[in-house]
Amino acid sequence: MGRITLEGVQKSFGPVHIIKGADLDIPDGAFVVFVGPSGCGKTTLLRLIAGLEDVSGGRILIDGNNVVDVPPAKRGLSMVFQSYALYPHMSVRGNIAFGLKMAGLPKAEITQKVEAAAATLNLTPYLDRKPRELSGGQRQRVAIGRAIVREPKAFLFDEPLSNLDAALRVQMRLEVTRLQKQLGTTAIYVTHDQVEAMTMADKIVVLNAGRIEQYGSPIELYQRPANLFVAGFIGSPKMNLITGAEADKHKATTIGVRPEHVTVVDDGGEGWPGKVVIAEHLGSDTFLYVDAGALGTLTVRVVGEKRLSAGDAVTLRPEPNRIYRFDANGHSIFA
Amino acid sequence: MATRQTQILARALLSPAVILLFIWMIVPLALTVYFSTLHYSLLDPGSERFVGLENFEYFLTDPAFLASLQNTLVLVGSVLLLTIGLGIPLAILLDQPVIGRNIIRLMVIAPFFVMPTVSALVWKNLLMHPVSGLFAWIATSLGMTPIDWFTNAPLLAVIFIVAWQWLPFATLILLTALQSLDEEQKEAAEMDGASALSRFIYLTVPHLARPITVVILIETIFLLTVFAEIFVTTGGGPGLQTTNIAFLVYSQALIQFDVGTASAGGLVAVVIANIVAFFLVRIVGRNLEA
Repeated sequence: MGRITLEGVQKSFGPVHIIKGADLDIPDGAFVVFVGPSGCGKTTLLRLIAGLEDVSGGRILIDGNNVVDVPPAKRGLSMVFQSYALYPHMSVRGNIAFGLKMAGLPKAEITQKVEAAAATLNLTPYLDRKPRELSGGQRQRVAIGRAIVREPKAFLFDEPLSNLDAALRVQMRLEVTRLQKQLGTTAIYVTHDQVEAMTMADKIVVLNAGRIEQYGSPIELYQRPANLFVAGFIGSPKMNLITGAEADKHKATTIGVRPEHVTVVDDGGEGWPGKVVIAEHLGSDTFLYVDAGALGTLTVRVVGEKRLSAGDAVTLRPEPNRIYRFDANGHSIFA
Repeated sequence: MATRQTQILARALLSPAVILLFIWMIVPLALTVYFSTLHYSLLDPGSERFVGLENFEYFLTDPAFLASLQNTLVLVGSVLLLTIGLGIPLAILLDQPVIGRNIIRLMVIAPFFVMPTVSALVWKNLLMHPVSGLFAWIATSLGMTPIDWFTNAPLLAVIFIVAWQWLPFATLILLTALQSLDEEQKEAAEMDGASALSRFIYLTVPHLARPITVVILIETIFLLTVFAEIFVTTGGGPGLQTTNIAFLVYSQALIQFDVGTASAGGLVAVVIANIVAFFLVRIVGRNLEA
C-alpha cells in the first residue's frame, strides 16, 4: 500500500516561502509526475515527502498516518537521486544491499533479494563492479535497483534521467514506466521535462512558484488547462496566446491556440493573414513562426513537409472548437 | 609539446633549473659520502685519513643508534596516530555549521604557523613547566602532584608537542575531504536507514581513506627529521630517552665534533627513511591509485 496525502503542506527557508500550501491525494499504485519550471518547488516538495526536509506546516499522510515527525528511513519510501548518489567504494551488489543490510536482514535473504533486483534490471553481470566502472545508464539502473530492493511503499524520483543522453533517456523512460506498472508501487517523479511528464504519468501535478496549479491526467491537462500557466507549460511547441480585439471577439481577455490546431490555408477564405518569419523543417513536422501583425508572432505546426520559407505570405485558420479562453485573472473559461 | 621544436625548446629552457637543482643535491651528497669514509674530527684537525667503513661500523654498533631508531619510530607512529585520531573528529566538528566558523577554523589552523622552536618553548616554559607551567597549576589546584614532563615522561612530552603542531595539518586536509563528500550520498544513506554511526563507518571513513594516506605520507617525511622540538626542550635527554636519529646525527657532528661518523649516520638515516617510505607506499599507497 502506498497512498500519499498532503494536507496544507508548507515549507519556508527563513522568510522565503518555497511551498505555499500544497494539498494532494496520490492513490496507491499511481505514477504521479511533479512538473514545473526550475525553482517552482517541485524538488522541495519531493524532499518533504521523503523526509529529507522538515515541513513548516501541514501534514503528510502515508497510508493515513501522519509522518511529518518520522525520520526518512522509517517512512518506507525510497528515492532515486539526480546524481544517482551511488556509494563509490561499494560494488553494485554492496550498493543495492546497503539498505537491507542496515535493516538487519539475514545474509541469505539479502543475497536472494539483491540478485532478484539485479535480474529485473539486467544488472547481473555487473554485480561485482564499482560504480565508476559503469556507464551512465547502468548507474541509473543501480540507483533504481537500490530503490526497488527495499520494497518501499512508494518510489521517489528526483529528475533521474536528466544526466543521460537523449536516446538513453527515451529508453530509460520506458523502462521506468514498465517497471513501475509491473511492481504496482506508487511513484512520484520530479522533472522539468514536460515530455517525460506527459509520457510517463498517470497524473501530473503542475507546480508554479510553490503552488499546485493543476492536478490531473496528461490529456486532461492538455485539453482542459485550468489556467494560463498550465496552458502555456503543457504542450510543445507552446500555445499561442493572443490578447486584444481578437480575444474580445471570443468574450475573453486572452485566447490560446495550440500550434497543432492552426492550419495554413491558401483558399483565400477567412483567417489570420501573416508572413513567415522562420520555417523549421524537421521532416515529420514543420514549425512555422508567423508574424501575424497585431496578433504577434504565432507558432504553427504543420504535419509533414510544407514548402514554405521566410517571407512567404500565409493565411492561418484556427480550429474554432479548439480555442482556449481565459479571463482577466488567467483562469480558463469553459463553455 | 607536440612538435620537435617545442620539445627541444622545452628541454633547453628547463635544463638550467634542472642542472642547478642537481648540483644543489649532488654536491652535499657526494661530500657526505666522502666524509663518511674519513676519520674527520673537528677536535683533531689535520688528521683526516681514509678509514673505509669504520665510521658506519662505529655508528651502527653504538648503543645510542638502536635507542634512537626506536625513539624515531615511536615518535613518528604516535604522532601519526594522535593527529589522525584527533584530526577526524575535529574535522567533523569543524564541518558543522556554527556561528563564527571561520574564526574557529583559523584558530585551529594557527599552531601550524608557529615555528617549531617557538612552540616548543611555549610548551616547555608556559605549559609543561613543573613549577610555573599551566598544567602544573591545574594539577596543584586539583590537589595532585604536578608532572615533571621532561624528566618523567620526556618522549611523551615531545610527542604531545609535535602532535599539537601537526594536528592542524591533518585536520585541514581531512576537513577539505569531508567537504567534498557528496550531500546526496549522505541523504541516500539516510533514506537507506543508516544511522549516523553507520554513515560514518560506511560513507565517511572510506571517503577519507585517500586524504588519510596523504596525511600519513607527508607527515612521515617531516616527522622522521624532527629536531627543533627536541633540541629546545630536552636536548635528547634525559640520557637517550628523546634522542632520535636526526638528533643523534647532530650530536655526533656538533657535540662530539665527529664529522666522519655524523656523515655515516646521515647516510644511514637516508637508508632508514627509504625503508620506511618503501613500506609506507606498499601499505597505504594503494589508496592513491585509481
